[in-house]
Amino acid sequence: MVAHTELPAQVPHEKILNNKHFERCNNEKTPVNSAGGTKGKVHHQNGTTISTQNGYASPGYENSNVPNKKKIHQKEEECSIFVAFFTFLSYGVLLLVGHIKEFFSRATTKEKNREDIEECSPFTNFTIYLSYGVLFFVGYVKEFFYPPSTKEKNREGYVPLYIGFESFYTRNVYRRIQDCWNRTICSVPGAEIDLMERYTPDYGWTMKLTGKIIKCINAGSYNYLGFAENKGPCHDAAEHTTKEVGITTSSPRMELGTLEIHRELEQLVIEFLGVEDAITFGMGFATNVLNLPSLLDPSCLVLSDEFNHASLILGLRLSGATVKVFRHNNSEDLEKKLREALICGHPRTHRPWKKAIIVVEGIYSMEGSICDLPNFVRIKKKYKTYLYVDEAHSIGALGPNGGGVVDYYGVDPKEVDIQMGTFTKSFGAAGGYIAGSKDLINHLRVTSHAQIYASSMSPPVAQQIITSMSIIMGKKGSGEGRRRIQQLSRNVKYFRQRLRQMGFIVYGHDDSPVVPMILYLIPKISMFVRELTKRGVAGVGVGFPATKITGGRMRFCLSAAHTKEMLDKILEEVDEVGYLCGCHYSSFRDSEPVEW
Amino acid sequence: MSSQWNVYESFQALLQAGPYHLALEGVLVMCIIWLFTAKKQPSKLIRLTKKEEEELIAEWMPEPLVPNPPKEDHPALHTRTIYGKPGRYLDLGTGEKLLNLGTHSYLNLGERPEVEEAALECLHKYGVGSCGPRGFYGTTEVHLKLEDRLAVFFNCEKAVLYSYGFSTSASAIPAYSKSGDVIYADEMVNFALQRGLQASRSRIVYFRHNDVEHLRELLEEQSRLDKKDPKKANATRKFMVVESIYINTGMMCPLPELVKLRQKYKLRLFIDESVTFGTLGPNCRGITDHYNIPMKEVDMIMANLESSAASSGGFCVGTEFVIEHQRLSGLGYCFSASLPPMLAAASIKVLDILESEGCELVVVLQDKCRQIQEVLSKLSSKLEVSGEDISPVKHLRLRESTGDREADENILRKIVEKAESHGLALTLASYLWEKEASPPLPSIRITVNKDLTTEEIQKVGEAIQKAVMEVME
Repeated sequence: MVAHTELPAQVPHEKILNNKHFERCNNEKTPVNSAGGTKGKVHHQNGTTISTQNGYASPGYENSNVPNKKKIHQKEEECSIFVAFFTFLSYGVLLLVGHIKEFFSRATTKEKNREDIEECSPFTNFTIYLSYGVLFFVGYVKEFFYPPSTKEKNREGYVPLYIGFESFYTRNVYRRIQDCWNRTICSVPGAEIDLMERYTPDYGWTMKLTGKIIKCINAGSYNYLGFAENKGPCHDAAEHTTKEVGITTSSPRMELGTLEIHRELEQLVIEFLGVEDAITFGMGFATNVLNLPSLLDPSCLVLSDEFNHASLILGLRLSGATVKVFRHNNSEDLEKKLREALICGHPRTHRPWKKAIIVVEGIYSMEGSICDLPNFVRIKKKYKTYLYVDEAHSIGALGPNGGGVVDYYGVDPKEVDIQMGTFTKSFGAAGGYIAGSKDLINHLRVTSHAQIYASSMSPPVAQQIITSMSIIMGKKGSGEGRRRIQQLSRNVKYFRQRLRQMGFIVYGHDDSPVVPMILYLIPKISMFVRELTKRGVAGVGVGFPATKITGGRMRFCLSAAHTKEMLDKILEEVDEVGYLCGCHYSSFRDSEPVEW
Repeated sequence: MSSQWNVYESFQALLQAGPYHLALEGVLVMCIIWLFTAKKQPSKLIRLTKKEEEELIAEWMPEPLVPNPPKEDHPALHTRTIYGKPGRYLDLGTGEKLLNLGTHSYLNLGERPEVEEAALECLHKYGVGSCGPRGFYGTTEVHLKLEDRLAVFFNCEKAVLYSYGFSTSASAIPAYSKSGDVIYADEMVNFALQRGLQASRSRIVYFRHNDVEHLRELLEEQSRLDKKDPKKANATRKFMVVESIYINTGMMCPLPELVKLRQKYKLRLFIDESVTFGTLGPNCRGITDHYNIPMKEVDMIMANLESSAASSGGFCVGTEFVIEHQRLSGLGYCFSASLPPMLAAASIKVLDILESEGCELVVVLQDKCRQIQEVLSKLSSKLEVSGEDISPVKHLRLRESTGDREADENILRKIVEKAESHGLALTLASYLWEKEASPPLPSIRITVNKDLTTEEIQKVGEAIQKAVMEVME
């Protein structure tokens, strides 16, 4: 997830230079322009101490707003230890100020539907900032003594390609824990996976495979209904299709890329979702990015949840529409912001909006929360706006028939104007769809970028979706689909309750198969992931910038392929590792036994 | 310029300052904290009563979600369906199989049994989907192998794999170029690149199609501006984005001259090789191979795996310094599920083929391209062909436009329909006219398949000739 404000991309990279004492050049990003003669000039933005703090610290505040012509983007040179110290201090101050601010504004609005989120104690908060502070401080000290070496060749005198802070964060924070991500697997991502063991010969800069394989229970893949399989009906059907139709079309849908199987798939999606019409695309991410610009233009208003996925944010940005961000899953805040915006009209032209769209997700992949759909539908009707629901994680995984959040709440599918979803997760395939009224889909068929320029979906992928969807709908597999849906929902209830009972803080809705468990600190994330791997459980750790800076967490994705024994094993290991690193933050404990 | 400022001295000054001064500073600091923490209130200048608000809201009549739904007879709603396996021949349900001159399978590797076998073998091991993004257990051994192989194939340090061709360039460009930077792009770059340029929020300067002199003028102008404001110039990254063979025109970019400009004006050069990957150069490595330009002169090469590679997805290759950045900053890489492993395995097999017999494939393909070019160029006085003779993509345009784009399109569409009855599957090049940066003229896009025989090429000429006669005379 990226935040709605451009995060690290906009970090200013001026540095205060003290050339008298230190004229050492930090060549990492900035080959020195020898002809320039500008090195060694001393800069500061507004001439005050405050502004330098400002210039350094906050990734969130865009520095380009400072109307100061003196603003200088200059070569990154080594800064004095004082400056390093002040920088570190200013991070601390700003983070604290931010925290205080959030603390107060949080108190005014109640977070609904996020299920008894326990606030973390001030002490924990302090340790979070402290751990970042120490990491940054150590990073600064280290880079003071050992400036990062230049890696770019043949580009002398070029403007550095990357911005300072971002690469500083990568070098000094992310590098230390990067073994927790991008792990290589060499098996089907089902209930159990084979991880390929890696080691690092150079303190995390590079990772190498040792050739050993670790068997783990998989609580990291989005395999909600367990259709990631290398045998069974889906696999057989995909094999058959590959032999019959091949694996590529090499043409967009609009030209010569529409195969029979694409039409069949769309018909099935229509039936599954109970909508008038549907259209499918080859990639889930692109479904949002390439279609939102066809639906919106700069005179439209968009109300977007603060934790919406990066693809939605990018799609909205490309559309040029005015985006207002409301608090996560908070219909009161949405209503307030929507009223305000409707009354004031377009901020530049003051004309009424052409149309307004509320953009939410079904299940939030980092929060585990389920969207408060009935309230959004109510607001949508009251204010004559449209509703866009991204069911990337919820389709298949929620609802008695696997029909996503719409099915879960029993909302009429026609109430949701635009239903979007992906086939990557529950269906074990790839791609995405948009469903809605006939007019909407016809409009997309004519104007969608993905329809006109991007290649169509690969046939075996389409076949996997068709077969898995037919099983979910009960058309095939004699009740297998229903069994999987029930298995998943029982797994979810059991796992979440047990985890709570052990004293962990668990975010999200009780029925959500995404289970985030709060750890707060970055070092704990890496420890948790590594320890769990040693014990044969593969989970996912998530930290800043994907979450708030105080929101480091483990995330477990449950699957219908998990058996009770597997869940027990995961729980047992999680409990043990939790004791090892002190993560039982919750004060709420309940000793009643939980039934599967 | 700015005055000297020494942290240590300032700190000393702070220690020596009087209590009043310190108190004042303290108040100022408090004010600033207050400014940061104070909740932003909406403007209270005009306060509406509840009733007025309700009236305003009730008054608002939004447009329908789709203001002008397309008519039922819109051609885009009636795309042709292909039955069976698309290959050198297509079955459009018309009874006979039509010769395929429309899909981008230049090397026709999709019909090679070994590619299919490789995909199936991988399917037996990994299933279809990868069920996760690359960061979260979506990286399989196959993905890493394909990345390594691509890097070796292109003689580069690293490669990064995307799961969708369109998203490759659209994600790669904004990973580097940010607001405040400048991108020089050819006006005819394909739509995915245009989206990437737009997403970067940089300043985009289009130069005339393949016009090096125009680009030089623009760069000269910029360097004059830079001299006036060297500080800004020192923070403005400059990029050049071109395609090796433009899919919208079939023309090849003059790479040697562009490289010279790149060196002189310190630009970073990104090339989209979607058309030329596998179809150009003695080792079929694309345009750098064709002109024998070392890879270090180019900062990044982007291409999709959907044309010659007969699979799905896309990739970027370049130095480690450049490419590794995308693993955290390429949005389409970080936030999307990874490419289904079986498709990656098919691409590995394609690389095997290209490495072992690529040189012969390219010679055969280019020979066919030349033959088609010859046939098309003496086709009819009504149509003209554009595109390099060795380009596998060619455009047939009306020599005399009617002046109206839709009318032109309709004539060309009729030709395509007629050609179908003469045994050819052609396609109009489809564009979103309103969104293209500089809309090309309507055209029929002809793609050349390596496996066409000389007789078939003759047939192509005759069939198009007949179709044109029927439509235009």
